[in-house]
Amino acid sequence: MTVIDGSVDYEADGESADTGDFQDAEGIEGRVFNVSGGDWDEILTGLQEAPEERIVVNMGPQHPSTHGVLRVILEIDGETVTEARCGIGYLHTGIEKNTEYRNWVQGTTFVTRMDYLTPLFNETAYCLAVEQALDIEDQIPERASVIRVLMMELNRISSHLVCLATGGMEMGALTMMTAGFREREETLDLFEFITGLRMNHAYIRPGGVAQDLPPGAVDKIGSYIKLMRKRFPDYAKLCNENPIFKGRTEGVGHLDLAGCMALGITGPVLRSTGHPLDLRKSQPYCGYETYDFEVATWDTCDAYGRYRVRLTEMYESLRIVEQCLDRIQRTQGQPVMVEDKKIAWPAQLALGSDGMGNSLDHIRHIMGDSMEALIHHFKLVTEGFHVPAGQVYAAVESAKGELGVHVVSDGGTRPYRVHFRDPSFTNLQATAAMCEGGQLADVIVAIASLDPVMGGVDR
Amino acid sequence: MTENVPAVPEPGADSPGGELIATRKGMFGVRNGGDTSGYGGLVRRIELPGASQRPYGGYFDVIADELEGALEEQGLPVEAISAYVVYRGQLTIHVPREHLVRVAKTLRDDPALRFEMCLGVTGIHFPEEAGRELHSVVPLLSITHNRRIRLETTAADVDPHIPSLFEVYPTVDWHERESYDMFGIIYDGHPGLTRILMPDDWLGHPQRKDYPLGGIPVEFKGAQIPAPDQRRAYS
Repeated sequence: MTVIDGSVDYEADGESADTGDFQDAEGIEGRVFNVSGGDWDEILTGLQEAPEERIVVNMGPQHPSTHGVLRVILEIDGETVTEARCGIGYLHTGIEKNTEYRNWVQGTTFVTRMDYLTPLFNETAYCLAVEQALDIEDQIPERASVIRVLMMELNRISSHLVCLATGGMEMGALTMMTAGFREREETLDLFEFITGLRMNHAYIRPGGVAQDLPPGAVDKIGSYIKLMRKRFPDYAKLCNENPIFKGRTEGVGHLDLAGCMALGITGPVLRSTGHPLDLRKSQPYCGYETYDFEVATWDTCDAYGRYRVRLTEMYESLRIVEQCLDRIQRTQGQPVMVEDKKIAWPAQLALGSDGMGNSLDHIRHIMGDSMEALIHHFKLVTEGFHVPAGQVYAAVESAKGELGVHVVSDGGTRPYRVHFRDPSFTNLQATAAMCEGGQLADVIVAIASLDPVMGGVDR
Repeated sequence: MTENVPAVPEPGADSPGGELIATRKGMFGVRNGGDTSGYGGLVRRIELPGASQRPYGGYFDVIADELEGALEEQGLPVEAISAYVVYRGQLTIHVPREHLVRVAKTLRDDPALRFEMCLGVTGIHFPEEAGRELHSVVPLLSITHNRRIRLETTAADVDPHIPSLFEVYPTVDWHERESYDMFGIIYDGHPGLTRILMPDDWLGHPQRKDYPLGGIPVEFKGAQIPAPDQRRAYS
């Protein structure tokens, strides 16, 4: 067996390609080649000395085309992949454990960092679970739900754009990359305008959202929709009938409906098999049943189909965003947080001369007018609210599939256990089924079509 | 003084109210030393919702009827299902571990049930619930009927074995590895139960409650904030 380690070795020892019998590490036999730049001829000569049929390649975790720190262990025979295994855990941050040491509201600041391309889905799913555990899901104001839907759909667009951009880049379609990130930037500008941050917003909170949309948001989103309606067709023109793009993606990463069911695959990958499973339709939350949109499907079960599903979903998301704008104008001035003062966050923010900060009116109220308001503020911010003991599971249709949150409370002010069923984690299990028996170059395309984000996989 | 303190059963014992997972004394997270809060004599029983009685409401009764009928046909005893818990409009079916695989297979294959999709595994650790410290919860989704339920199985810390559902739902492959990695639950019959997120040579199972969070105090000028797991807790 020959092992080629693709990781970059920064030790400048003069010899760029080490060859030699590898006996130090347990369980690895045979020859190991450390490829760290240099002369490929040496490696080829080394290989020819002892011709072997089985080569194991470690692709990643620092490989630029594995979507972050994913390590793929490939056994190849010539250009054919005979075995593909994923090594994950390089981005494990212990977010689930950490949430057990903060109160329920602080949980949103943690979970938003899981899948960093879909922060608003993480926050919404977590908040829906907490609200169910509190039994207040009927009391969420309409405007808060509309803002949640608006933010989630914008987030779906930005997440799909990254998928198309990086997926295109990994195939060599650099125009996809520059165009995709340009449009994503427009979306992140909107996020920054509304929440204050481009990523890791902690904007959606148990009971509603942190604050109302700033003045001018509707106009900004309106011009964003206009711009995207002009630019999205460019993707279709660039790729839909592009013979090189189709040649790289058609029939690649094949996974049919039976495979998806067995492996628990959801999202665009499942919909590329023709099954229109979308939680927004089948088990609506946040009032999705009142919006008019179509579930995108394709029937080729391959990477091309997944690209087409994502592209169509971006258009559908724009439609939903448009409908949200009408409702936002209609619900102008309505609350964005539950009425229950034992749950609603007491602190209010306002724009001052030096930027966004604590609302002076609120400070004046708690410091000058009402001792009870001060106590209430202090208790809720430092201690937090209690959630009755029990467990609930809430799920949303994130850009990548079913994002499930399992929350267990012991009746305290902190979560007893928060578990995220991240779609990236589950979908990545399909790597072996999609790649084995295919070409080495198709591994990249297949993984890109799954759209895994390691922040969500490892949590 | 003691006559005012309610009798406290041992954690893990069945109680009519619910599933007792812990008993706590005092308030404001004071675990040792003198409690200056005045709540030192307070004893609280921490209970999860207990078994529900029929009717469970909605489609839950249909599921219970169909499942019980199908299990009876297979000759499984009545104890194959230990409890139905309905909480917040969600149904959890508690299944003893020896019957878990058969029950899951029935839920997947019976045409009236058809829970085709498994949505992973959640491990939970209740260190004070004697004999059932480790819980393994499996959410299921029926696409055919658009229904959701959960299966819950428990195991003791001294014997942390639960049969693997890999044969029924291949998707639990990584989820069971994660639950093993984080809680030390051993899923018998799993094709390759190795650590998945932590390094292979890691000691301990990090998400168990007896595993410390770690962290260092945060220094400020003239003040120090203790590490997150040393701070005051109100629960």
